[in-house]
Amino acid sequence: MNANFERAAGLNIILAEDRDARPSVDEGPLYDVPVAIKDNIATLRMPTSCGSRILEGYVSPYEATVVSRLRAAGAVIACKTNMDEFAMGSSTEHSAFGPALNPVDRTRVPGGSSGGSAAAVAAGVVPIAFGSETGGSVRQPAAFCGVVGVKPTYGRVSRFGLVAFASSLDQVGVFGKTVDDAALALRIIAGRDPMDATSADVPVPDYRAAATRPVSTLTIGRPIEYFPDALDPAIRERCDEVLDRLREQGATIRDVSLPHSGLAIPVYYIIAPAEASSNLARFDGVRYGLRITGEGLTAMYEATRSKGFGTEVTRRILLGTYVLSAGYYDAYYRKAQQVRALITEDFRRVFASGVDVLFTPTTPTPAFKLGAVSDPYEMYLNDIFTCTANLAGNAAISVPIGTVNGLPIGGQIIAPHFGEQTMFAAAYALERL
Amino acid sequence: MAVTFDDVRHIAALARLDVSEERLPTLVGELNAILAHMEELQRVDVSGVPADLAAGMTPMPLRADDGRQYPLARPRETFAPAMGDGFFLVPRLATHEDVDE
Repeated sequence: MNANFERAAGLNIILAEDRDARPSVDEGPLYDVPVAIKDNIATLRMPTSCGSRILEGYVSPYEATVVSRLRAAGAVIACKTNMDEFAMGSSTEHSAFGPALNPVDRTRVPGGSSGGSAAAVAAGVVPIAFGSETGGSVRQPAAFCGVVGVKPTYGRVSRFGLVAFASSLDQVGVFGKTVDDAALALRIIAGRDPMDATSADVPVPDYRAAATRPVSTLTIGRPIEYFPDALDPAIRERCDEVLDRLREQGATIRDVSLPHSGLAIPVYYIIAPAEASSNLARFDGVRYGLRITGEGLTAMYEATRSKGFGTEVTRRILLGTYVLSAGYYDAYYRKAQQVRALITEDFRRVFASGVDVLFTPTTPTPAFKLGAVSDPYEMYLNDIFTCTANLAGNAAISVPIGTVNGLPIGGQIIAPHFGEQTMFAAAYALERL
Repeated sequence: MAVTFDDVRHIAALARLDVSEERLPTLVGELNAILAHMEELQRVDVSGVPADLAAGMTPMPLRADDGRQYPLARPRETFAPAMGDGFFLVPRLATHEDVDE
């Protein structure tokens, strides 16, 4: 399924090498557990290519804090996983190394951009995998592949060693076969890291303790904007059943409104490409990665970047450069930041009104066929229910809630900032239904 | 606000991307289709709304401005395309091609 760059035949060798290289021989909470790492998270012993020709074969001279913490917990770094180039995509079709496939139905995409990590967990290659989230790149593939996917609060997890896409949105995320696996894994990687100035100094609780919180203590908001008329009727029906079951178990279900959520896609697709156009300026053939020589320095920059970046990355760099350029900054970027503030305020107001968490569908549809979505904006709409949590910085999780025509669908729980404990309490309840 | 061929040539130059003339029509069409969806934002009243609200809702902790060097597991020569005497080597600027070493 092309989920992993390293072929299965080589997997045992990598496991053995990594086991010997672990910094601690003490048995940790993930002792001998193989985990998969998205290819934009730096590892010392395997390439970090971000699914891009421009970094093909590049091996980082330092390791991401997330990887160091996993190894210290006893985990074995089993493999790097395929992804949309520089995490820009919702299908893992935009990888320079070929698409990843959905293990549930190999004619369909696994979602993206962390599609390889989701597929690896769904196929049973590893029980836990790691990805990155900028607009839904963990939750959407988790929903498409029928596994659990967590987007922690902005600042909850160190990003040292995560190749930057959009720095005000990026966060490392977790995939697990179960909510319990995801809760365990998040606790290991969460917490302040002096190597990342944006990581928050907020205590990390034992998320697995949330399993015992009675669902009857939860007030769950149902944001009406996330259940539009155009929603797949089968997904709506399944979500309604889930909410009915939670209500039967004693949860309080309340309709709420997040009135600016409908503006999230245009806001996201201004801010994320703008930040990407700046972050990806570092890939110029000078210090690392691909170099294509030309007549002089500028020609080298242009040749390297044009040969090294794929079509979607090029499109987003151009879009981002345009919205930041003189004459258009106020109309696009400044305006998007202001609407982002309104979206963030919507969440703050709802949570301040006594709602513990929100419940929504994770995606508007189940996994689609490979090659079925060619229009860029149509592809962007995959993030419609997920990118708001990135814009507002909230914690969120996708949990499998059933199937539609044999394809998995996910239910999303969104929680306040650093409300992962409450988020997991609702997620455990969702999983038990 | 629609982008023109010249706009795309200009932003491609700013972004250090070599966009071929053959590819321009497709890119102009795609960018205009995407930007058309962004127009929805122009109808939103944002009077009095700040534009500098950070996504992280807790204040960012500050670290000392000490310019620390992070230790590398491998020297730069192992991953840099070209190095010499501890410096990254690049082609000469086109404006300096005639200048002696």
